Amino acid sequence: MSKIQVSTNINNESVEYLCEPHDTMLNVLRNQLDLTGSKESCGSGDCGSCSIILDGELVCSCLMLAAEAEGSKLETIEGMSEGGKLHALQQKFLEKAALQCGICTPGFLMASKALLDHNPTPTETEVRFWLAGNLCRCTGYDKIVKAVLEVADDMKESA
Amino acid sequence: MSETQYLAAKTIDEAVTAHSKANGSARFLAGGTDLLVQIKSGIKKPKLVIDIKKIVELNTIKEVSDNEFVVGASVSGANLNRNNKFTKLWPGVIEAFRLIGSEQIQGRASLGGNLCNGSPAGDSVPALIAAGCIAIIAGPDGKKEIPIENFHKGPGKTVLENGEMLVSLKFPKREINSSDAYLRMTPRTEMDIAVVGCGVNITLENNVCTAARVSLGAVAPTPLLIKDASDIMIGTDLNSDILDKVANLCIKACNPINDKRGTIDYRTKVAGVLLKRSVLIAIDRIKGN
Ligand SMILES: Cc1cc2nc3c(=O)[nH]c(=O)nc-3n(C[C@H](O)[C@H](O)[C@H](O)COP(=O)(O)OP(=O)(O)OC[C@H]3O[C@@H](n4cnc5c(N)ncnc54)[C@H](O)[C@@H]3O)c2cc1C
Ligand code: FES
Ligand code: FES
Repeated sequence: MSKIQVSTNINNESVEYLCEPHDTMLNVLRNQLDLTGSKESCGSGDCGSCSIILDGELVCSCLMLAAEAEGSKLETIEGMSEGGKLHALQQKFLEKAALQCGICTPGFLMASKALLDHNPTPTETEVRFWLAGNLCRCTGYDKIVKAVLEVADDMKESA
Repeated sequence: MSETQYLAAKTIDEAVTAHSKANGSARFLAGGTDLLVQIKSGIKKPKLVIDIKKIVELNTIKEVSDNEFVVGASVSGANLNRNNKFTKLWPGVIEAFRLIGSEQIQGRASLGGNLCNGSPAGDSVPALIAAGCIAIIAGPDGKKEIPIENFHKGPGKTVLENGEMLVSLKFPKREINSSDAYLRMTPRTEMDIAVVGCGVNITLENNVCTAARVSLGAVAPTPLLIKDASDIMIGTDLNSDILDKVANLCIKACNPINDKRGTIDYRTKVAGVLLKRSVLIAIDRIKGN
């Protein structure tokens, strides 16, 4: 079976890889490109720990074929900080202790970033609905939701 | 699925030809939120996966004339939800579509996938039937059009033959004083499968109903258009006596399964309740409340 050659853009860098037709994007990110920040927990679209942003849209990389990335623009957790400086969301998650074991955290951060990209001034209800596809078994969600709302507030003030 | 091949089709012709040559061993891939789950769990083992999202027509939302929309089969929920005019004209279709999964799922899931997957409980289907939506299908013998209420043949079965692909969904021109609504009942509030879904679409002129369509999902082997229930609404002011009658006709049309999510008695009763509630929501929307 011949492999498929894919040219894509991940975190603002051109990337090429060869994949099997059935490889998921998550599999290639983790096992071929050494981008292991995205996690596989359920593998069926239920938990959000594999969340990435594909052409501006939040998606589960476990429910996407690696071959589909041809010509696309992907954002993963590895591209969130810039030049060693944490993204405001990352910083706030740390300050607010919005993580414990950390398995769900990259997914929550990508989902929160996608939310603020689309809607910089969400209400608490909007945050809770938007993050409903991300499961955390440790924190109880409140700290995560508060962290996202505070970042949105900070952005408003500095705008 | 080691023998699977992947093809990103660029045109409708390319997709349809590849599918028809594969003689039943190919599957179209839209958002993959059903198909990839089924492949991973071994329920489906296609030899060829044909990605249709790169075909322009399938991924486009078009207003063909004022208030008349054609939505590409693979347009995602997140994408359609950003079309302010469409969401204003068809709030019931949008609320049904948006119930499907999380934001991550919405980034990929399509109306076409929800329809073609063939589940009797697909959330968008009753809303599309109530809307009077038409499926535009391309196949080896050209294009054809089928009303959504005739699209399903049984659980997992649709009218699509080998080589046939859903291209788009054609919505009727939206009349003024019309609106729609969709409600579903699930044992959990989110991320669950409907035990009953109910879509209604009505037009009111001076408080008199001049057009109505009612559809139920998850209460029979296929989603249903409840024609007699729709018909008795027309010419009335939709008072509570009429709605009782409509609800009873809905209850009669139910032929649900009995399972852990809901017994036959429960599903049937809930169908009547959801009908009344969704009519009231649609009326409120028309009146701008
Ligand atoms: C976590 C999660 C939650 C979900 N929640 C819900 C829910 O609440 N309600 C609900 O109804 N569904 C739900 N689903 C199921 C699924 O997301 C929907 O059915 C969705 O609309 C499928 O669209 P898709 O584009 O991903 O389809 P795909 O998976 O790409 O395709 C589905 C099927 O349709 C065929 N197909 C797709 N497009 C075409 C076409 N244009 N022509 C011919 N055949 C085609 C495919 O070959 C496949 O067999 C959920 C799924 C997940 C993973
Ligand atoms: S691993 Fe992708 S959603 Fe759980
Ligand atoms: S911090 Fe452990 S699962 Fe969320």
